[in-house]
Amino acid sequence: MIVEHPRSLLWRKFLAHGFLICFIALILFPFLIVLSISFRPGNFSTGDLIPRVISLEHWSLAFGIPYEMPNGTVAQPPFPVILWLWNSVKIGVIASAGILMLSMTAAYAFSRMRFKGRGFILDGLLIIQMFPAALTVIALYTIFDALGNVTPIFGVDSHWSLILSYLSAITLHIWTIKGYFDSIDPAMDKAAQIDGATPWQTFRYVFLPMSVPILAVVFVLSFIFLVTEYPAAAVLLRETDNMTLAVGARQYLYDQRYLWGDFAAAAILSGLPITLVFLLAQRYLVSGLSEGGVKG
Amino acid sequence: MTAPALSGDRPAALPKLSLKLGDIIRIAVIGLIALGLMYVVWGLYLAGEPLFAVVVMALLIGIVVVFGARQFYTGRFVFPAVTTVLIFIALPVLYTSYVGFTNYGARNLLTFDRVTDQFLKQREIDKSTERPFAMVAADGGYQLFLPEGEGGLISEVFQLDGAPVTVTLQPVAAAPGETMPMKDVVKFRAQLSAVSARLPDGSEIQSSGLRSFAKITSVYQRQDDGALLNIADGSRLTPDQSVGFYRNDAGQTVAPGWRVHVGFDNFRRVLFNDGIREPMFQIFLWTVVFATLSMVLTFTVGILLASVLQWEHLRGKAIYRILLILPYAVPAFISILVFRGLFNQNFGEINLILNALFGIKPNWGTDPNLARATTLIVNTWLGYPYMMLIGMGYLQSVPSEHYKAAALEGSGPVRTFFSVTLPQILPPFVPLLISNFAFNFNNVVLILLLTRGLPDIPGTQIPAGQTDLLGSFTYRISFQDAGQSFGLAGAISTLIFIIVGIIAYANFVALRRAAEARGRG
Repeated sequence: MIVEHPRSLLWRKFLAHGFLICFIALILFPFLIVLSISFRPGNFSTGDLIPRVISLEHWSLAFGIPYEMPNGTVAQPPFPVILWLWNSVKIGVIASAGILMLSMTAAYAFSRMRFKGRGFILDGLLIIQMFPAALTVIALYTIFDALGNVTPIFGVDSHWSLILSYLSAITLHIWTIKGYFDSIDPAMDKAAQIDGATPWQTFRYVFLPMSVPILAVVFVLSFIFLVTEYPAAAVLLRETDNMTLAVGARQYLYDQRYLWGDFAAAAILSGLPITLVFLLAQRYLVSGLSEGGVKG
Repeated sequence: MTAPALSGDRPAALPKLSLKLGDIIRIAVIGLIALGLMYVVWGLYLAGEPLFAVVVMALLIGIVVVFGARQFYTGRFVFPAVTTVLIFIALPVLYTSYVGFTNYGARNLLTFDRVTDQFLKQREIDKSTERPFAMVAADGGYQLFLPEGEGGLISEVFQLDGAPVTVTLQPVAAAPGETMPMKDVVKFRAQLSAVSARLPDGSEIQSSGLRSFAKITSVYQRQDDGALLNIADGSRLTPDQSVGFYRNDAGQTVAPGWRVHVGFDNFRRVLFNDGIREPMFQIFLWTVVFATLSMVLTFTVGILLASVLQWEHLRGKAIYRILLILPYAVPAFISILVFRGLFNQNFGEINLILNALFGIKPNWGTDPNLARATTLIVNTWLGYPYMMLIGMGYLQSVPSEHYKAAALEGSGPVRTFFSVTLPQILPPFVPLLISNFAFNFNNVVLILLLTRGLPDIPGTQIPAGQTDLLGSFTYRISFQDAGQSFGLAGAISTLIFIIVGIIAYANFVALRRAAEARGRG
């Protein structure tokens, strides 16, 4: 700002940096501690924040490799972390692909077609997405318990059940994609229509290629949301080998069996990929969050 | 917004030929899906779930109509999405409310027919008829042999494959030369239970243990009036549809029970039963306080950081930004569990540090106020980056002339923030703040992973915690604590749905206003 006094400016800069550095130190403290814990031998805090002895015990167990302790006993990995990560990624990718298909076709119709109840459905989606999924898990459990009587593929403790229930997480994505489709020049579909394209062909050959960026964003957003989803997964997945990371991670910290060190290594190992995906996508995430929901 | 309205019909430009390959494939796929769903409908009906059978039937009809008939061309784009939302969001919400009007729970889990079936399937072994047996390996199968004196009874050769089979025993004078060793017989235990042997006197005996066959009879017999008669002692169990249990002659209920409608009983318990109402009210208050404080704290911290980061003289913005959004980038279930460990009373690093520095060890886990503070600290940590990111976007839309004018007037940064910045960014923030409130109102994951609602509120009928939100309280009633009561949980959920419905509508109105304001600007 033009009118600011140089000395006061320097002082303010100093304050701003000081504040930010202190704040970040405070915010990052948990991460640094966890990193340190993951290299600390044993599962209990020993009084050193920076471990004097570096031990790879927890990391080895997190990767599923049995670890030979200094006293000769061999520790077995307590939980299949890598398998859980794989389950999470598998469910996340398949369900996100399904979500993308459902939301982009619907968004196209809402953006380009006029039909009865269009405004009503759009508003309804906005309202219905606020209902807490965590409270309907009883019903979800009952539904899949009933379906399981018919076919175990869609019963309790099946990944396909979870994927099916995740497909309903499309409400906000429809709005986001619709916002993008709305901004595509109407002359495009006019041209396609004149060339004799059906609405489906217009969608498939005109809109899809033009919307790859927003579709990628929606895919990543939905992937991150699903990989971190807890209530439904906790209720539908029972067997240890079937669990996703979000459900499994909790197994480490039961009062009877408190594996703090093993948890630290597993948390970093499994949290890192998801965090990286998020950081790469975060720029789009913000515009999606603030624009998609508000655009009328 | 002025897109040309493509009509639902196919454009006339395409000549309508007779059935094309695409159409044949489409009809075949629809047919296959319809067949699959038909199987599901039938299965659900047989499993005693008529409600879900009807839902799947409706889905089947919907698919056939929308994808089969040409005039629903537009519907094909919307139908899958809307149906998924209806089945996996709307139906569960409605079903949960419906469960609130029943006694569904661990004690009343099954349907009446299944419970009756369980009683009728109870068997009693008549010890007086118990006798040892042996198996004989024969050509093409096995024979059952019951020793009797020198000789015994032997059956014809039969298959031992687990399918129910009735064999007839004939007397023989001498025992067969070689019987199977016990360890081989043990392997066929499951298959043997399907074998029923008819004795020469006409009575039938079945496997009653590893080494014996005996007469096995039903304990109960159904009477014409629906009651169950205990064949051995003549006592009766009478079904009571008002409570969902069989009652014995003394009038006591006998487990297991079945699901029945109980009207507003659960709601009455929630609103008028002191042992439930008082903790419920306390939890409700805390839920509102938690959601409000979370919203205010995350907004304050987020906007503060956004304002500092937006300052034009600040260098290294990109690095600060990345570091500041890290709490948002790390999956919440991991960071919440990390905090759970750090705040642990005895092994936690936070108390380790506090103890080393100040010699104190706060009871994060057992003191109600400290436990509540923990949830707020963690939730602010988790939530401020979102507010910061959105805030940075909105701050950019404040015209820089306004700042210049404020600076010319001699206004300091604090005053400028409150009289220039805040009034301009608050209106677009309103819908986000409302949905943030609604989200935290039901932030079940945070509570379940961090404190599990603990410490408990003393002297309550059902386990209720000082840090429990209405949602986590409900979740615990349904899934975690002993005596799961889906009915009660459903009733509380219904009340929450009503509150959420009101908030959702308020949010909707706010969104509309924000959109209109944008349209004008």
